[in-house]
Parts: sequence; structure tokens; C-alpha cells
Amino acid sequence: MLVLVFIELEEGKIKKSSREAISYAAALGETTAVALGTADTAELASAGVNGASKVLHVADDKLNAGLIQPYAEVLAAAATATGADIVVTAKSSLADAVVGRVAAKLGAGLVSNVTGLPDTSNGFVVRRSIYTGKAFANVSISTDKKILAIKKNAIEVKEDGGDAAVESFSVELADGLFGANITSTEKAEGDILLPEADLVVSGGRGLKGPENWGIIEDLAKTLGAATGCSKPVSDMDWRPHHEHVGQTGVKVSPTLYVAVGISGAIQHLAGVNSSKYIVVINKDDEAPFFKAADYGIVGDAFDVLPKLNEALKQALA
Amino acid sequence: MNILVCITHVPDTTSRIAFTNDNTVFDKTGVQFIIGPYDDYALARAVELKEQNGGKITVLNVGEADSDPTVRKALAIGADEAIRVNAFPSDSFLVANQIAEVAKQGEYDLILMGRESIDFNGGMVHGMVGELLGLPSFSPVMQLEVEGGNAKLTREIEGGKEKLEVALPFVAGCQEPIAEWKIPNMRGIMSARTKPLYVVEPADDSTHTNISAYELPAEKGAVKMIDADNVQELVDLLKNETKVI
Repeated sequence: MLVLVFIELEEGKIKKSSREAISYAAALGETTAVALGTADTAELASAGVNGASKVLHVADDKLNAGLIQPYAEVLAAAATATGADIVVTAKSSLADAVVGRVAAKLGAGLVSNVTGLPDTSNGFVVRRSIYTGKAFANVSISTDKKILAIKKNAIEVKEDGGDAAVESFSVELADGLFGANITSTEKAEGDILLPEADLVVSGGRGLKGPENWGIIEDLAKTLGAATGCSKPVSDMDWRPHHEHVGQTGVKVSPTLYVAVGISGAIQHLAGVNSSKYIVVINKDDEAPFFKAADYGIVGDAFDVLPKLNEALKQALA
Repeated sequence: MNILVCITHVPDTTSRIAFTNDNTVFDKTGVQFIIGPYDDYALARAVELKEQNGGKITVLNVGEADSDPTVRKALAIGADEAIRVNAFPSDSFLVANQIAEVAKQGEYDLILMGRESIDFNGGMVHGMVGELLGLPSFSPVMQLEVEGGNAKLTREIEGGKEKLEVALPFVAGCQEPIAEWKIPNMRGIMSARTKPLYVVEPADDSTHTNISAYELPAEKGAVKMIDADNVQELVDLLKNETKVI
């Protein structure tokens, strides 16, 4: 099988979730990756470490921002040029917006939130997460061309390859595809991206105010974790919306989720139930979150967090 | 302005998820169905935009007859008319195809929907609809202002957000805080009974994918409680059991 994989770049680096997607693609067959916008050739070549044999680079600086229509055009052109049977991407807010268009262009069957490799013994069947992590479905794809969007942190990153060959690739992009004018971008720099994170520390209303977020940030820093929050905290503007974890916010799937001062409303749990391990710290011993937790501490966050942070620092030293 | 709002009919977030018929059919027993929460945001914003600019809101659902109460709720919230394409929404392509067919028959300035449905969480339909109609598509959109034939919108990106300006028409997948959810009032509920709900048959019911079986995840073990004065125990567990540190 020939596979094309979409690489997303973050501050010039291949995103961890894209490396998961490359590892997945390489397990399916001969893998070509495609990257858009300004990028360092050595960084792109490192896609080979995860199993890509070739990287097509569309080095057009107009593509540095994640523009949906031009990206879809490039992906469809690259899929056609390489004769790919399958297009693979990590699921992300950009990829979601782009690959629906690619599927419509190619007439390809699309499955999102894929959690495992396909079973090809009888057709082509993949396992995917549904109901916000509360169940799985086995889905068969009947079209010749297929697109798979892989759930984050579901696939192990393989690191046993060498460098990939990087080739320049160009696609004629009509002006009409650039109709949307980006007037400003606000972005936290240097932070670990919450949807990608392997470790997450989240705070809720129990923190009492945005001025108290230092203890969450300290613990996150010690662990190398991303920070998240509950919906009320984002609604009250204590924290930005992109940190909101839950049914209508970011759905995370880390190895470890630490919830501090979050009661565990079902809407919040919907965002975290793909986590491998959950630690809940809450002063209310009846907080429903304890039922979903692996480890729980009943206690005041302002007392427990500094102590936990110190103990972790010593363990990691 | 004419706005098409596409809504899903999905189990409430608090629903117990279970399957019957040898794990091939979703068990609806005791399940409360709602307008998808993201679609509900799109609808709320459409109602606000209509208040500002005038116009008409058409709500569209691809679903079977059991969706009708959910569609009526959207009418009660403020949509003027409803269309239900009578097909089981088994596949994102099928749904996108139906939305595109309906959209072609109206002159819509905006096609709004949620960023994703909460049953399948694919988040792919807005892009497919945009491509099928040759229109721009944006998602997830967290702010949307319309001025004449142009719109200013804010799109969430991982770790931040981006402001864009674009000409109408286009397709948007919406999320909070684009608007506050609206609760239907008594007048809305009464008027919803007489607003038109057109049921149309699907133009083309071909699918690209098919679900062969469902599966529930393994039950989670019991929580292990740790004394607040013994955080070292948690550190040891994180090290030895979870191996995250």
C-alpha cells in the first residue's frame, strides 16, 4: 500500500502527533510525508526516523499559517501525485478542518479518531473512538481511497529509521483559495500543546481565582506537563479557552491527568476519559471525580500541591 | 440574511452508552436525545445574527423521524423553518452530501453547524460541505460577526486563536464562546408547533463507511485513596505503577 501522511509543524518542528501519524502510516506501507510552509530540511528529513521514506516539501511561505482550502488542495494533489491508497493524519483542529475537504475532493472514505491499525483480512476495518471516548466502533471503509485521522496519544511513536529524502513539491494554488485574510494570531509560545500532551495538570474552581494558578503551573513545570482547566474557569476568563478540557473544549488523551479542585462534572469527564491514569485532588471527599480516578487525595490544593511538587522534584532530581 | 443551521440529534452527555443485538446497535433505552451542544452554539449565534441583521433561519437535520422533537426544539429556540432529510446519519459523507444538496436549493449567506457531533466526534462534515459547495469552510469558530457581505471570525488554533476576515457565503463549524446557549421560552415553544418542518427524502444515500460492531472500554478499577499527609506515596505510585516519571 502507498501511504501519504500529513505533517503538521509547530514552531518549525514536526508535532509529536504527526510523528505518531507517520509511525502509523509506516506500519501500513511505503510512506511519503507532505509538509507545508517554511521548514528546515534537516527537521523534515527526521520524519524518516519514524518511518517515512520521502518528504514532499511545499516551501511556500504563504502556507506558514494553517489555511484550510490551500492545505486541502496541496494534500489532494500530493495524494494524486504519489498514487496514495491511504492518506493519514493526526487528528487536530486544523486536520479536521482540512481533511473533510480532501475526502470530498478524492471521493475517499474518511474515518476519524482512529485508535489502531486496520484489519485487512476481510475488507478494510479500523477501530475508532466514539461517544467522546466512552465506546469504540469497528468501521469498514468501502472506497478505494481512504483517509484516516489518528487519535492523539493512541499510537506509539517508532524511532528506528534513518533520514528521509526531502523533495520540493509545488502545487498551483489559485488566488481564490486565499480568500480568507488572517488579521491577527495570538499564540502561547514555548508551551506544551494541551491536545498533544502526555501529561496534563488541570485546575478548577477550587483554585479560587486566576491569581492562584502558580501552584498548577509549578506542578506542570516539574512534570513537564501542559496546563488545562475546567469549563467554569474558562467561562470566567481565569484561563484562556484553549485550555478548557471537557465535552465542549479540548478532549485530551494523556498518560497522566492530574485534576486539582475540579468536582468532575460529567461534561468535564467527557474530555478526559481517554486518559490512561487520573489523579484527583479535591477537598470534598464526595466529589464525583474520585469515582473516575485511579488515585485520589482528599485535601486542600493549597496545602497538597506544594508538598507534591517538592516530593516530585526530589524524585526527578 | 439567510442562515442554514445544521443540527445533530445526539445522546445527552450524561447518557449511559450501551449496545444491543450483539454489539451492533446503539441502545436507546432511557437515553435522552438533545441538539448537539456545538450545534446549539451555532443555532444561538444564528438567532443573534438574525436579531441584528434580519433574515431567516432554516434548521436542517439529517435523521430519522425520532429526530423531530429535537428539530422542534430548534424551532422553539428561534429557527423559522426546518428541513429533515429522512436518512439514518450513518456516515459523515452521507450527511455532508445531504447538507450540500439542501444548501444548493436555497440561497444561504451562512451555513453554520457545530465543530463536531458528540456521538462520533469526527469534526469533518463542515469541510466536506464546503468542498462539495465550492465554499470556504472554517472550524472551530469561536467568534463570528457579520457586517454587510463580510464576516470577521475567530478560529481556535492549538495553543491560541486567529482572527480572520472573509466574504460571505461560507461554512463554519462553531464552538463556544460564539454565543450563550438559548433556552426556549413559552412563546417559542408554542410557535414551534406551527412552524414548517419539511421532510425530504435523501438525494443520494450512498456511504463510504459502515460500522460493523461497537465495543465498550474495559471497566476502570477502584480509586486508590492516598492520605494528604503522605504525598510521597503518590509519587511512588506514579513512578512504579504508571511509570510517567
